[in-house]
Amino acid sequence: MPVIDVRGVTHAYGDGQARRLVLRDVSVTLSEQRVGVIGANGSGKSTFVRLLNGLVLPSEGTVSVHGLDTRKQGREVRRRVGFCFTDPDAQIVMPTVAEDVAFGLRRRGLGKAEVAARVRATLETYGLADHADHPAHLLSGGQKQLLALSSVLVTDPDVLVLDEPTTLLDLRNAAVVQRVVRDLPHQVVLVTHHLDLLDGFDRVLVFDEARLVYDGQPDAAVAVYRKLMAREVLG
Amino acid sequence: MSSLGLYIPGGSPLHRMRAGTKLLLMLLAGAGSVLLDHPWQAATAVAVALLGYAVAGLSWRVALRQVRPLLWIVGFVAVFHTVVNGWERAVVFVGMIVSLVLLAGLVTLTTRTTDMVDAVVHGLRPLRRVGVHPERVGLLLALGIRSVPVVVGLAEEVRDAQRARGLTASPRAFAVPLIVRSLRHADALGDALVARGVDDQV
Repeated sequence: MPVIDVRGVTHAYGDGQARRLVLRDVSVTLSEQRVGVIGANGSGKSTFVRLLNGLVLPSEGTVSVHGLDTRKQGREVRRRVGFCFTDPDAQIVMPTVAEDVAFGLRRRGLGKAEVAARVRATLETYGLADHADHPAHLLSGGQKQLLALSSVLVTDPDVLVLDEPTTLLDLRNAAVVQRVVRDLPHQVVLVTHHLDLLDGFDRVLVFDEARLVYDGQPDAAVAVYRKLMAREVLG
Repeated sequence: MSSLGLYIPGGSPLHRMRAGTKLLLMLLAGAGSVLLDHPWQAATAVAVALLGYAVAGLSWRVALRQVRPLLWIVGFVAVFHTVVNGWERAVVFVGMIVSLVLLAGLVTLTTRTTDMVDAVVHGLRPLRRVGVHPERVGLLLALGIRSVPVVVGLAEEVRDAQRARGLTASPRAFAVPLIVRSLRHADALGDALVARGVDDQV
């Protein structure tokens, strides 16, 4: 299992008076297969997971995956760490389903026959084979999220980071995505507001006001998170 | 089925024709269209374009969808030239526009985007020596095609929100949120491209 190492990371957006601290002195080593990340909006959890594939480089501290530093070896890290965003429309870059799944493989210089075979196999695995030539924008929300997942998984990453993949989905589509994620052999780091998605997870991190405030078992983590939210709501 | 000129699968001779050949023929048709001078020539150009749809196995409805967004422009051109230059010039100009739009639609409807991108990248390779980056141009083309339905969807959402708030007559209330949301989408798309392996060494 890949080891993700986050050491002394502090991150801020902007400079001077506009400086906004979004992560404060976070250190954690992740080697479990299923890691959940929860917290209120603006707590720093999305920034945290964006650090893991070098989408965000920390203002202070280091992040490494399997010993590869995201600052110095960003391209290699991104090959190992696939990333799935909340809004699949922002992630789908090609007009049709098969073309989007093929996109990452073509960029890696694979031959046409190999690309076609891997795309076909991936679309069959995730139930999109009948939509191969369909325009991506005509898919349902759930199918778009499955397409976004397929386009990442076809490149065979070691780690899959998912940033609120079910937030825009109805219960049925969220359950489909949950089932797909549950069955993946990859190391998964999942940010979510749907706490039932964390069933069976090995470890859950709770963020609050830019700090990692809890790191442990899912049940205890969810209890901490609920307590934090109740405190905020009740003042 | 898309109304935006995206690929429709098929096995016709036009589907099988190389993307580069189709793009070259399209370019030649564009250049040759300036030679149209008589109404019968313009009518022939439209007929040839429609024949292409028949050969590709595409219905007349699909052909109509390609020109429908242009009805206002075509109507304006027709009225303007009828008043200023007479009906013959009006027919020539309208025929020229409609035939070229039909042909452009025919190319995109019968060509996968990846094949079109590959053809453009291949065609631009000689320009690498003057600083043109063919792969980047190809990616821009693909993203442009992909972004059309996304921006149309954003515009529909903004229009719905406008209606819900009773702001139907305000162009600013439509344009500002559409631009802001389009820029946000572009930002998110940039992140997604980096995450999917497209970085500064495209």
